[in-house]
Amino acid sequence: MEDDPCEKDAVVLVYSTSHALRAEKVLREAGIACKLIPVPRHLSSDCGFCVRIRRRDVPTVLHALAATRVEFDGIHEI
Amino acid sequence: MAKTDRITYLDNAATSWPKPPEVAAAMMHCLEEVGASPGRSGHRLSVEAARVVYGTREAVAELFHVADPLRVVFGANVTEMLNLVLYGLLRPGDHVITSSMEHNSVMRPLRDLERQGVEVTVVECSPTGFLDPLDVEAAVRANTVLIVLNHASNVVGTLVPVAEVGRLARRHGLLLLVDAAQTAGAYPIDMEVDSIDLLAFTGHKSLYGPMGTGGMVIGDRVDLARLKPLKRGGTGSRSEREEQPDFLPDAYESGTPNAVGLAGMSAGVRWVLSRGVQAIRDHEVMLVQQLIAGLRQIRGVVVYGGLEAKHQTATVSFNIDGVDPGAVGVRLDEEYGIMCRVGLHCAPAAHRTIGTFPAGTVRFGLSALTTGEEIDRAVTAVQEIAGRHGGRRSL
Repeated sequence: MEDDPCEKDAVVLVYSTSHALRAEKVLREAGIACKLIPVPRHLSSDCGFCVRIRRRDVPTVLHALAATRVEFDGIHEI
Repeated sequence: MAKTDRITYLDNAATSWPKPPEVAAAMMHCLEEVGASPGRSGHRLSVEAARVVYGTREAVAELFHVADPLRVVFGANVTEMLNLVLYGLLRPGDHVITSSMEHNSVMRPLRDLERQGVEVTVVECSPTGFLDPLDVEAAVRANTVLIVLNHASNVVGTLVPVAEVGRLARRHGLLLLVDAAQTAGAYPIDMEVDSIDLLAFTGHKSLYGPMGTGGMVIGDRVDLARLKPLKRGGTGSRSEREEQPDFLPDAYESGTPNAVGLAGMSAGVRWVLSRGVQAIRDHEVMLVQQLIAGLRQIRGVVVYGGLEAKHQTATVSFNIDGVDPGAVGVRLDEEYGIMCRVGLHCAPAAHRTIGTFPAGTVRFGLSALTTGEEIDRAVTAVQEIAGRHGGRRSL
């Protein structure tokens, strides 16, 4: 996603760094581009980290997280 | 005395040594290059440290065939994990079943809980350390909540048929807690196939990690609301709240973890996985056969346990008739450079079961790195000591 600065992003907020790493692993295994980033200032989260994804990937992200039963707090557009 | 220059380390049932070189390398890397507190801060080194810890969860999950690495929680050792479950799960009026081959890491918490009103049944094992699952089933009561078993005796190595006990536990709606201190990494374990609900392990034995590392896999039949944490505190998550998080793994992992140690354990588990648990098992079975056969042909030596390598781990207990095990241990160390463990091995119940209480036994614990030549050396040493001192009351 770094390749295209105009691409709109979203973040998956999670409960802990362990969950962030678990989500990152699951998404990468599903072939979905993602990156761990500190939680944007305007959002609040239980964890200092969240997983940045592309907005257009949100449906596949939801599917991948549900299929592997990875719990998360919510997905927010940024 | 000249023989003592060469060390033959046969105390792997206490802690494995030497470790694969990857273990120290991973710990050095974590200490020198990563450093930060895992998952506590927003910077890249903190994430890197969290990756080290998460990678250890993944390695452990792979080893025990667990789908979700977040079900792996870490602590200082298997004792802490066993305490977590026993004190976290059992309430006055509950009934728990265990065996007469347990280590004090289970017996002492249970005897303490017994004073607090928990009912404890200790199922008798045979003098070879064998546990009959039917005896476990016969002990089930209306208020039984948990069965806790040592997967393999730390004294004689005898394996417990966990899968059979696991199936009966599920039939009766009970949880099965397995103490895998002696088996994790050395014997194939599958949480699902073996019907294990809680698998407690230590990092510094057959996982080849450093001391001060251990953990537990919490199966999905365990009601987390019922399993109270042993300690509460900072987790790096839900920091705005003064209540302990209720999700895995944070619920049971308060305080800064031993990331350097876990980096070493991770490397140890990866080393085990790359060798293959079954290949390690085959190697150890071969060595145990060699050791038992060698010891049994020495006049005056009694070998304990089932005497069948395929039914035990790479731990062998023996005595030289009429010689105090402590004296044998001193001779082995000073004259032959052979490191072993003598006495009761923190398992008085097990020694009562096999008939060696209170003097205990001499114990050889082998590892994946033990060689046939070392076994030959040990057998020769025991033969010489028995030849010189056998039949006498003491040295």
